[in-house]
Order: sequence, then C-alpha cells, then structure tokens
Amino acid sequence: MPLLPAIFMQSGSRLVSLSSVDLAIIILYFVAVLGIGFYLKRYTKTGEDFFLAGREMTAWIAGLSFLAANLGSLEMMGWAGAAYQYGILATHWYWIGAIPAMLFLGLVMMPFYYISKTHSVPGYLKLRFGDSSGTLAAVCFGLMTVLMSGINMYSMALVLNVVLGWDISFSIWASSITVAIYVFLGGLLSAIFNEVLQFVLIWLGALLISIIGLIEAGGWTGMVARIKHNFPGQDFTHLWSTLGSFGDNPMGIHWIGIVFGLGWVISFGYWTTDFLVVQRVLAAKDLRAAKMAPVIGAGFKMLVPFIVILPGLLALAVLPEHLVGQDQVGVSGSHSYNEVLPLMLARYCGPGLLGLGITALMAGFMSGMAGNVSAFATVWTYDIYRPFFRKAAPDAHYVSVGRWCTLLGVLVSIGTAYFVMQFHSIMDYVQALFSFFIAPLFGTVLLGMLWRRATPAGGFWGLLSGTLSAIGLWAWVKISPDALQYVALSPKAKDMAENMYRALWSWIVCVLVTVVVSYLTRPKPVEELTGLVYGYTKLPSESDVPLYQRPIFWAGVIAIAFVILNIIFW
Amino acid sequence: MHRSGMISIWFFVGVLLLAYGVLIFGAGLYGLSHPPQVVLADLHAGIWWGLLLILLGAIYSIRFSPWRNK
Repeated sequence: MPLLPAIFMQSGSRLVSLSSVDLAIIILYFVAVLGIGFYLKRYTKTGEDFFLAGREMTAWIAGLSFLAANLGSLEMMGWAGAAYQYGILATHWYWIGAIPAMLFLGLVMMPFYYISKTHSVPGYLKLRFGDSSGTLAAVCFGLMTVLMSGINMYSMALVLNVVLGWDISFSIWASSITVAIYVFLGGLLSAIFNEVLQFVLIWLGALLISIIGLIEAGGWTGMVARIKHNFPGQDFTHLWSTLGSFGDNPMGIHWIGIVFGLGWVISFGYWTTDFLVVQRVLAAKDLRAAKMAPVIGAGFKMLVPFIVILPGLLALAVLPEHLVGQDQVGVSGSHSYNEVLPLMLARYCGPGLLGLGITALMAGFMSGMAGNVSAFATVWTYDIYRPFFRKAAPDAHYVSVGRWCTLLGVLVSIGTAYFVMQFHSIMDYVQALFSFFIAPLFGTVLLGMLWRRATPAGGFWGLLSGTLSAIGLWAWVKISPDALQYVALSPKAKDMAENMYRALWSWIVCVLVTVVVSYLTRPKPVEELTGLVYGYTKLPSESDVPLYQRPIFWAGVIAIAFVILNIIFW
Repeated sequence: MHRSGMISIWFFVGVLLLAYGVLIFGAGLYGLSHPPQVVLADLHAGIWWGLLLILLGAIYSIRFSPWRNK
C-alpha cells in the first residue's frame, strides 16, 4: 500500500509509516469528533447545558467520561514507559493510587458536591469556606489547568513527531483547533460524548498489543521467564514484595510512601478534588448516578494496566534492544522508555491496525485536552468572571463567556506549548506546581465536608500554608539535593519518593493549620452548613433500591477484586 | 442521556466502529497476499480484529439507531 502523504511527514526520522488505510482511519476520527460537536450545538443552549451537560448523564456515560478525561494527560505513553523502567510497580498508580480514592469519591464525597448544586470544586469551597478560599482555589486551578493543557499539547506533538515524523506545529494546531471547535460548540456535553467515543477507541486500539504480545511471549509465565533472562537479578514483576526497603526496588521507594503518600494524599487529592475529573460526575442525572459513576470508573481503571502497563512489561520480555532514559537517547542511539508503546504498536500492527493504534493515542491526548479546556471555561466563568466582573447577567451571557473562554483556554494552551518548546525544563516546574496544590486542597475539602467545626479562616489558611509548605520543600530539595533524605526519610530515596513525601507533609501541614485556626476562630452558623457538611446534610435513603443497583454493593465488589489482584501480583 | 430526539452516543460509537471494522478487515484481507512486516503476521490480526469491530459496530448501530428508537 502506498505511503501517504508528504504534508504530514516533514521530519527526517520516524518509528512507523502510515499507509492510506491508516490515514483514512485517523481522518475518520477527526470527522467523527467534529461531527458530534456540530450535532450537539443545538442541544447546548443554557449554562446548565454548556457547563454541566444539562446534568442528564447516565452513570455509565459519566463514569466512562470521568475515566477518559484522566486517560489523556500522557497517561498511556508515560506509564507504559514507566512500566518498562520500573516494572509492575507502575501499576500502583492505577490500583492503590486510584481505586480507593475513586470509591471514596463516589460513596462519601459525591453527595456533598452534588447536593450543594455547585458548578465546580472551587465553587464548593466558596460555599463552605467563603470567597477567599474559593477564589484562591479557582485562580490556581484555572491557571494550572490551562498550562497543563499546553504541556500535554506539546507532548502529543512531540510524540507524533517522533513516531510519525509529523511537523510539531501541524500537530499542535490540528489537534487544538479540533478540540476548540467541538468544545466551543457543545461545551461539556460535547466533551463528554467525545470522551466516551475516545474511551472505546483507546481500548480497541491498545488492547491488541497486549493480546499479541502475550501470544509471542508465551503467556504471563513465559513473559516473566523472559524478563528474568533479559534482566538477571532484577525484579520487575512483583507489586509489594520488594517495597520493604528503598534499595530493593527499581523505583527507590518504600511501601509507606506508596500507601500513605500515593495511596492516600496524592491519589485522594487528585481523584476527589481535581475538577477536571469531578466535573464529569457532576453532570450525572441524579445523586445515585453521581455516586455510581466513580464506581464504574474504578472498575475500568482497575483494568487499564492491561493496556498500559502490560505492553511495557511485554517490551522487557520481547524487544531485542534495551531502551534507555530520555537523556541517554542521543548518546546511545537507542530508543527511550517513553517510546515503548509506539514501538510495540509498530512491532505487531500492520496497516489498518496501526491507524487504529495511533488514533487511540491521539484520542487519549485529545480527551485530556478537552477535559482541561472545558474545566477551565467553567471555573473561569462561574468562579472568577461572575463574582468579580459581572454578578447578575442573563444565563445566555455566561454561556457566551464560557464559549469564548474555551477559545481563550486553547489559545493560552497553544502559547504554553510554544513556550515549552523553547524552554523544556519549564515542564517540570509546571507539573510540580500543579502537584503543590492538589494535596493541600484535598485536606481542605475533606475537613470542609466531614468536620462541622472547620471555619472559613481555617480553610483558607490551611490551604495556603499547605501549598506554601509544598513549594518550600520542593525548593529546598532543588537548592540542596541532599535535603531529599530528610524530606523522604531515607538517604536511599529517589525522585518518586520525594513526590510522595512532599505531598504527605503538605497535607499534614494543611490539616494541622486548618484545625488550629478553626479552634481559634468563629465557625459558620449551622444554617449556612446545610447541604455542605456531614451531619447537616440529609442524604437520600437507598433502602427502596435493589441491592444490585446500589453504589455501595458495586463498590464492595470492586474493593474485593482490588484486594485479590494485589494478592495475585504481590 | 435521554433528551428528546437526541441521538445516543452509542450510535456514533457503533457507526465509527463499523467503518473502522470494514477498513481494517479489508486491509487484513489485502495482507493475505502482501503480508505486513510485523511480528506474528501469520496470525492475521487485522482480519479477526476487523471482524470484531464490524460485529460490535453493527450491534451498537442497530441497537441505538435513531430510526429504530423513533
């Protein structure tokens, strides 16, 4: 089949070449997502439609969209590469680093978000703690979201450049204009519809790598034997048994960091307070659907390692070359860990299947980008524009502002992408900045929901001090790398451990300051806490619902499967 | 999503999978005479994966067809 076409291939080297059928598959994808955007515009008339998809989503749609928005942000490429580098330990980010938090969101926190009728997480903070906390959260979230979107955009363009040889500017503009059009037209409704489509494509495009890879490697047992042969003396296939000491595993981390840093603070912070994902669940049609959506998402999240981590492990077993870190690529001439997924794709997928796999990668990136942009538009419009610029405008005005914010968000993202292209190191800083905010935010929201005595001053100063302490710890290690042994409590600790412990400390500071300041200041009157805090919120009974339709039942099923999987791969 | 007159997202998913299935199945058939340069090409993954997509696509397209649900 002829290779097409020259316009896309402006760079010299590339991992794979596309045939005409591959290109047809990619073009069809773009036509489909744009078509959905144009189709849904007629259903997006009110603010509720544009920012919360009319609050009409079933649990399945909201749950799949909830997960798809997370699958973007470099998840697939990055974690497949991490699996090659660290082995099955990378699975912790999908299991203990996600499942308990997602179930907690569904069962415990979702009722407060949903019943309070807030449009966003900063909006909840505003209701619970007042304007200062809500505005601090909104400004940080809005800024970080749009910067992250730009970084993801640049990363996707870089991947397409390395894998397909496509020009970076072409990739940035083509993907961002597509996302801008369909989110501009249909808002969150369009983003959610496309995320469900993207979710299906991601699975169908990536699953084949694992299936054929397992056939080649001789099943799981054969794969483990090959890895041991290729990398003697290293353990890449056990989840917990090597975490007793920092020095026993390739990640340089201890189980305490994984359980309390990742499994508690980072995971709960991300899954329960990052508005990018929570917004999808707020679009559910009723409270039971809102509780069920994260539970459904957790079920699928538990399976994601089979399309992301397993290809990385299979690469350890079957690839003839040893991949290296990004900084060694130029020196050794080898491929980097981050290219493991496209390498496996090129290894097994011929014409057609290759196009489907590339479409899956692009779908992942675009769903994340759309998630960022739609969340940014909502937070900017409702939490910044409305209170500070125009308090009482007609609903249509806010929809219009939301639409233009979508375009503004995309333009700032594009600007960020070009800025990052010039200054690569800025990526680390922005990603670190985002992490500074998430862990303390979780402390503030959790205390706000579960502790009646938490006061507006406590919430604000706790959030601010937690964020500042995270920045301080990060700067300390940056200036003096030896400080890592104090932050992570071991001289053998590595970068990954620093992230875990920094999050843990900043969360602890946030909680302590919130508690102390709350006891020193006057709490809000009881009537202002109704619908916002445990004990003052009437939660609907589910006693008339059959057991198999209750979120708690399915959360229990998933929790049991989670424990069994951890034991199997111990 | 049950808004009056709105086409289900699953219909869009079905139509796209059907189109992809046809394209991938066709490429798989072409690969019988011109085997692609990939590992385990003799499994003819394109043929059976294409058939799977056609099957899934057809089921979703029919089940969630806007004409069927009128």
